[in-house]
Amino acid sequence: MSLDAKIPQGNMSEKWSAYKGNVKLVNPANKRKIEIVVIGTGLAGASAAASLGELGYKVKAFCFQDSPRRAHSIAAQGGINAAKNYQNDGDSVYRLFYDTVKGGDYRAREANVYRLAEVSAAIIDQCVAQGVPFAREYGGLLSNRSFGGTQVQRTFYAAGQTGQQLLLGAYSALERQVALGNVTMYSRHEMLDIVKIDGKARGIIARNLVSGKLERHFGHAVLLCSGGYGNVFYLSTNAMGSNVTAAWKAHRNGAYFGNPCFTQIHPTCIPVSGDHQSKLTLMSESLRNDGRIWVPKAKNDNRKGKDIPEDERDYYLERRYPAFGNLVPRDVASRAAKERCDAGYGVGTTKMAVYLDFADAIKRYGKIEAGKNGIINADQDTIIRLGKDVVKEKYGNLFDMYEKITGENPYETPMRIYPAVHYTMGGLWVDYELQTTVPGLYALGEANFSDHGANRLGASALMQGLADGYFVIPYTIGNYLSNEIATASIPVSHPAFEAAEKSVQDRLNHLIQINGTESVESYHKKLGKIMWDKCGMARNEQGLREAIAEIRALRESFWSNVKIPGRVDEMNNELDKAGRVADFLELGELMCMDALDRKESCGGHFREESQTPDGEAQRDDENYSYVAAWELTGNNQWTLHKEKLQFEIVKPTQRSYK
Amino acid sequence: MEHYNMNLTLKIWRQANSGAKGSFETYQVKDISSEMSFLEMFDVLNEQLIAENKEPIAFDHDCREGICGMCSMYINGQPHGPWKQNTTCQLHMRAFKDGDTIVVEPWRSRAFPVIKDLVVDRTAFDRIIQAGGYISVDTGNAQDANALPVPKKDADNAFLAAACIGCGACVAACKNGSAMLFVGAKVSQLALLPQGKPERETRVLNMVAQMDKEGFGNCTNTYACEAECPKGISVANIARLNLEYIHAGLNSE
Amino acid sequence: MTWKQFFSASVGKKFTVALTGIFLILFLIVHAGVNSAIFVGRDDFNNIAHFMSHNYIVRILEIGLFVGIFLHIIQALIVWRQNAAARPVGYHMSKANKNSTWYSRSMGLLGTLILLFLIMHMSHFFVGTKVALYLEDDAPHDLYEKMREVFSNGYIVIIYLISLVALFWHLMHGFQSAFQTLGLNHKRFTPLIKTIGVGYTIIITLLFASMPLAFYFKWIE
Repeated sequence: MSLDAKIPQGNMSEKWSAYKGNVKLVNPANKRKIEIVVIGTGLAGASAAASLGELGYKVKAFCFQDSPRRAHSIAAQGGINAAKNYQNDGDSVYRLFYDTVKGGDYRAREANVYRLAEVSAAIIDQCVAQGVPFAREYGGLLSNRSFGGTQVQRTFYAAGQTGQQLLLGAYSALERQVALGNVTMYSRHEMLDIVKIDGKARGIIARNLVSGKLERHFGHAVLLCSGGYGNVFYLSTNAMGSNVTAAWKAHRNGAYFGNPCFTQIHPTCIPVSGDHQSKLTLMSESLRNDGRIWVPKAKNDNRKGKDIPEDERDYYLERRYPAFGNLVPRDVASRAAKERCDAGYGVGTTKMAVYLDFADAIKRYGKIEAGKNGIINADQDTIIRLGKDVVKEKYGNLFDMYEKITGENPYETPMRIYPAVHYTMGGLWVDYELQTTVPGLYALGEANFSDHGANRLGASALMQGLADGYFVIPYTIGNYLSNEIATASIPVSHPAFEAAEKSVQDRLNHLIQINGTESVESYHKKLGKIMWDKCGMARNEQGLREAIAEIRALRESFWSNVKIPGRVDEMNNELDKAGRVADFLELGELMCMDALDRKESCGGHFREESQTPDGEAQRDDENYSYVAAWELTGNNQWTLHKEKLQFEIVKPTQRSYK
Repeated sequence: MEHYNMNLTLKIWRQANSGAKGSFETYQVKDISSEMSFLEMFDVLNEQLIAENKEPIAFDHDCREGICGMCSMYINGQPHGPWKQNTTCQLHMRAFKDGDTIVVEPWRSRAFPVIKDLVVDRTAFDRIIQAGGYISVDTGNAQDANALPVPKKDADNAFLAAACIGCGACVAACKNGSAMLFVGAKVSQLALLPQGKPERETRVLNMVAQMDKEGFGNCTNTYACEAECPKGISVANIARLNLEYIHAGLNSE
Repeated sequence: MTWKQFFSASVGKKFTVALTGIFLILFLIVHAGVNSAIFVGRDDFNNIAHFMSHNYIVRILEIGLFVGIFLHIIQALIVWRQNAAARPVGYHMSKANKNSTWYSRSMGLLGTLILLFLIMHMSHFFVGTKVALYLEDDAPHDLYEKMREVFSNGYIVIIYLISLVALFWHLMHGFQSAFQTLGLNHKRFTPLIKTIGVGYTIIITLLFASMPLAFYFKWIE
């Protein structure tokens, strides 16, 4: 099957309006008869379910948490970008589009990104109308900040809890539709299979996580808004429950998986403290605006950070990238930290951390404050006290969180940070309409691959999730559903539902009957270690080949020796986890295969074989300017399809931050 | 901060399902690092139980960074344990010392029935939001975001109220099992913003009616909710709810 | 919304408790003020007592007072019963002292003690006054003498003092709580209300306590 991205004809800036003007519509009376299943209630899922409910479709929304409000979009800290140009600093739709394509290292589809930039402004309008309390200036208008090294101030934020506020906005819109009867909410439900009839997605099999019973749900279309798969690494900044299962079942049912190896490793996370570690916590990127990153110049320096004199410190980002310094993009900062630690300069007990130091910022702000207050010749103590107050006001909540987790006071000693898996740019391959290769099956938000290329810029994940849910899918889904108005609801007694339910039930029974000796958790940890070591921040051919072999062996061991206590027909957290880890064990192999295929370095994907003489990532546009869309052709056998990327507007250049 | 290891005795509520009669079980865990989070200590215990062919303890958790509101647990007589303005997932074992006994119970409220072990059903909160915890604006209806200036003070107070994570610690802490802090926070957030004004009367009346229907108790201003709230939501939001209610009640026909 | 709906909702019930509470707080000022006349002299006190029991406005207000007390008790009892039902299974271990004061959690108990006291208190003073007024054809009634008689009994004085302790803690929470319920919580005003509440509570309870003590220890004739 050849890939058709269905990009509309015409100028880039007119594609979306032309599409909207010509797309087929479903009349209100028919909408009432059409059912849509939405999986996941994060920014993409909640906004899609609410918007489609408002349009009059009958929506069923599913989440595995106890409430739709818990979805992991809630943890996003920094902000959301929008081309509002409220600051009059030269922002525009074009510039946001350009920055996003460039930031993605030229591996995103231009038309999708342009549309994203176009609808970004409407997202802010919608959220404000819903009562999202964005930060404001004294005049009552919205405040913006610059984020992730962009040259314009286009990031809207609500303290360090932007994701929470946006999600609660979408959640409230969703609950309103629940109250109006347009959306039926199924919380503590997990989708375990897609049901296909005549080649089209027609529903799902879901497991009620409280009773353990399987349920069949029909839908004229199915929307996957199930987030990313960073937890394949075991340790990541994702929530404990974040998983690939919904996307993976779609993949097993014929949906291609796009760019699975594109993973974002975020540079500023709290380091691992020991084997007990269950997840990693992000410290907002905004900290790099004021903190300086360094390691000791000497290897294995065991002195405390604040005892190391200035001239024995290596501010390696400022040294390597004088133009951008500590504000280089995420992928660059992460790799540089890994390079220093691997070379033996790491700090802390595990030696797998670098310092993020606010001492200079405290002094700098202290002097400014002393000047503002008219204190002439302020002594050092006064300056530091005043400076700490400023830093506290800017980053207080992050510093508190750091102290809770590590027991160290970051006002006194430098923070220790290390990169951690944060976001997956890869995901289900979708066309311009967000439809996967299975008709009637759509993927939105982090679950699809489309907008961030090989690296996502800060504050654009929230933008994409809401763009897809509020402003893209309500239009594009009509183009498909307008042909479905004659399709009556298919009763769930249909043989396809029966067969799908049986295969899910068999798999669950199988899992629980293995009754081996090792826990699900131990398999997940082992998989994570393989992935992190060999398909993490730096990858090479040999490592990836080893990883594939190791994952296959681990998968075999899992299916013969995993131990899951309890029963299938009850609440069973271990069984829930087992199903997710089983899917990660398949995905891991595909990620390594994709990384192996892509012999260039780009964005978050760094192939050691492809670097410049001074150790920077070397892209290969001639051979790899494509989206890798993987089709599952048999049990753990894949065929690669390539969607060639056409750059009409942004001409790819090598990124340089020197 | 010095790291240390500890051995602990855990007394944990076990209950097979909502209909079963529960009881406390006692467990021992060894060599728990002071650097672990409380839930990581539970992970260790659960791995131990699985190895012993026993059923692991069911507990709610997801983000483990203090924002999703899914974790609960009444730890040694306090929701989310001994630290102030903190969730269970962010509680670290530094809070305990070698030899301690820790008692862990589920949230106790008629409106939050136990589902299994430490897992409770908090969908009552969702139903309260359904009763009016929103602004009725369909997608696409919005005017320009800066068309309606909001005084910074109101925006900031709305944000502080909106910081609620819906964990239910307020209900768990309150001797009356009242949900007034949760409801007050949402009513306040929307009442403070001009966008929320058109529906402010029906909102407060409907949300309070739903809250009562769910079986939460009545607020008697002990302020235990504020003291135990992981996000430090102020009881001033309850006062604002009261005021909104008087206003709406007297104004309605 | 009907009045019934308004007042039967959780928030509405509390308004009743708060409004009647504030009414009772005001009543206590009048009560303590009038009774303080015992320190001026027997005749002055008896004259005021006579005025209070014969003036029509006061007698109408008195009915209001009883209605107020009755509503305060009834609504508080309903609230208390519903609150007990809101947590059918209690905690094995609870450190409520870490998050709230004992007296804020004990308003029901303190209120019940005050109610029991009121029954005794009314039988001591109120019944006699009314019997003289209505059944004995407005016979002269020396309330001052009656107080001296009652407070000559040490046990009764002790019961009065214990009841005042209950009243003290009831007011310590109730005063500021009433304002919170009526929607007043403000960065500048709330600390003021709290301070006034504490001052009021101390003064009122000390004044009331001084009366039985004054008779018992014969500080006044």
